[in-house]
Amino acid sequence: MRRRVIFRGKVLPYLLLAPQIAVTLVFFFWPAAQAVRQSLLREDPFGLRSEFVGLENFRAVLADPLYLNAVRNTAVFAAAVAGIALGAALFLAVQADKRIRGAGVYKTLLIWPYAVAPAVAAVLWLFLFHPSIGLIGRALNAAGMAWDYKLDGAQAMLLVIVAAAWKQVSYNFIFFLAGLQSIPASVLEAAAMDGARPAYRFWTVVFPLLSPTTFFLLVVNLTYAFFDTFGVIHALTGGGPGKATETLIYKVYVDGVQNLNFGGSAAQSVILMAIVIALTAVQFRSIERRVHY
Amino acid sequence: MATLELVGIRKSFGAAGVLHGIDLSVADGEMVVIVGASGCGKSTLLRIVAGLETPTAGRVLIDGRDVTPLEPAERDIAMVFQNYALYPHMSVFDNMAYGLRIRRVPRAEIRRRVEETAALLGISALLDRRPRQLSGGQRQRVAMGRAIVREPRLFLFDEPLSNLDAKLRVQMRAEIRRLQKRLGVTSLFVTHDQIEAMTLGDRLVVMHEGRAAQIATPMEVWARPADTFVAGFIGSPAMNFLAARLAEEGRAAALAAGPVLRFADGPRPGAEGRRLVVGIRPEHVEARAGPEALPLAVDLAEPLGSETVLHGHLPGGESLTARLPGGLAPQAGEVLPLLLPAEALHVFDAETGRRLDPLEGMARR
Ligand SMILES: Nc1ncnc2c1ncn2[C@@H]1O[C@H](COP(=O)(O)OP(=O)(O)OP(=O)(O)O)[C@@H](O)[C@H]1O
Ligand SMILES: [Mg+2]
Repeated sequence: MRRRVIFRGKVLPYLLLAPQIAVTLVFFFWPAAQAVRQSLLREDPFGLRSEFVGLENFRAVLADPLYLNAVRNTAVFAAAVAGIALGAALFLAVQADKRIRGAGVYKTLLIWPYAVAPAVAAVLWLFLFHPSIGLIGRALNAAGMAWDYKLDGAQAMLLVIVAAAWKQVSYNFIFFLAGLQSIPASVLEAAAMDGARPAYRFWTVVFPLLSPTTFFLLVVNLTYAFFDTFGVIHALTGGGPGKATETLIYKVYVDGVQNLNFGGSAAQSVILMAIVIALTAVQFRSIERRVHY
Repeated sequence: MATLELVGIRKSFGAAGVLHGIDLSVADGEMVVIVGASGCGKSTLLRIVAGLETPTAGRVLIDGRDVTPLEPAERDIAMVFQNYALYPHMSVFDNMAYGLRIRRVPRAEIRRRVEETAALLGISALLDRRPRQLSGGQRQRVAMGRAIVREPRLFLFDEPLSNLDAKLRVQMRAEIRRLQKRLGVTSLFVTHDQIEAMTLGDRLVVMHEGRAAQIATPMEVWARPADTFVAGFIGSPAMNFLAARLAEEGRAAALAAGPVLRFADGPRPGAEGRRLVVGIRPEHVEARAGPEALPLAVDLAEPLGSETVLHGHLPGGESLTARLPGGLAPQAGEVLPLLLPAEALHVFDAETGRRLDPLEGMARR
């Protein structure tokens, strides 16, 4: 049932919607349209002349080995961030769902990281893992491991993955906890009486019943890893060393802002926009068909 | 298949005591119904047997073996929950097969047993459906099926019929009784519905505020209630209670309302003037005049065809209900003389509420 308020006339509803529409137009549709237009033009670095080149920018981008490198980085990065953030959050939520002492404090502490800005989060990780001033970084080196994420691409990737995942754990945790608490206790009790041990119960009852939540979070986490991790990468590694942590979103910045290749950067933005639209569509459909079992 | 014994079961949640020492032994194949008002601890007791709660004190023995420290999974007990607690993401077949798969029963046998049980319950056509595609009654059957198919040592039922409509409830009640007899599984059945309790149980445990007020067969509970709580709880409409004092050296009760009623079955112990509560069931009250008749001022008459239920009050203000044959149709406002036959009286101590039986032997039941 939907409750409806009926307005007479057509002016008032549009008037009430106007601020929202204006914000959306100015901050979303207009830049998006600009990006699409830009992606079809070639501009000289001083912005004096531009010419229409059709899909030439896209062709150039897709043929660029550096772009393919960014695609590969992004795939690894997004899969790892989503996997770690979901796995850790699920584990923590299962622990928090048990009746333990101090559960309130534990839950509050777990939610904090979400309130930390990406760049600040990155600085925190920097202070931990910096090879010469970081607490853990120095310990690693002292222990004989050659830890320097500024030289080792794999280490750099590992660091941005962990930092980005850490920030997302809180969000996932809240959803998983809510999901766990909506599973009727009697269903789990029935499974216990049927002879299922806790681990078996988790995999055959709890996890399947959480699957709508998990799927929703998977999409959210992928979206996050694709688009919201610029700050973390920028502050920690700046895409380096040697483009080892340059993801798609970071390359848009590098090409557009640093290299002033507006056409190429715009073409990459349009590709990213297509990805985000696809992910959002998937997410909306999953919300509509909330029940998967 | 198994005997069950509860020894001194106590349970408190924090400071709140819920069960205060329950002793019960259930014979092999027996169906014991636990009945009592809401919040008296029935579910808690059942969950302790199941292993879902740990008793604060006391032991649970199955077949003479102490299972108190065991997990629910290790007890081989099946339970039918009030809300059925089916696995929502599994088909009916998988719901029923779940426990068998855990026990590593061979595939072919699982199929055979599930299909047999489904046929027994008339749900063979539903095996591929998900629980949310079933009606309440069908879910109830699946929940029963899931319990039966495992062939457990013990069945526990926690108000399994309370979510069904009246007609289905009567039907399922008969069906549960039939199945339980046929399978011969020792069962505990919790309900707050006294008709369910009377018709289903080989014996009843009437619970009151965490204690077993009486453990006996349904007829015994009805005919010789152990205290005023049981007397008032079992039987509908509820038993009437009248204040009285012991008179004639224990041979009679002098009602506060006037008449002195001589006991048919022998004298009760106690000093002259001991405060009593005299109980009589509405259906035992007779509409006749006589020297010991009580004048009932009728407040409400409910003609039900074959009988009429009268609610009224006595001159002292005590209320009284009578179930009379349908031919009589007194109107509200009328005053009717009523007799309380001596052989139908129940005598209780006013302080403790306990039943007072005659001194010399048990003259009659
Ligand atoms: N987990 C718990 N924590 C605290 N108190 C509880 C808990 N479970 C039950 N109780 C209390 O124990 C008492 C008995 O509860 P129980 O569920 O056994 O009642 P019941 O006889 O089954 O009632 P009903 O007929 O309403 O189901 C209630 O007062 C209830 O509030
Ligand atoms: Mg209950």
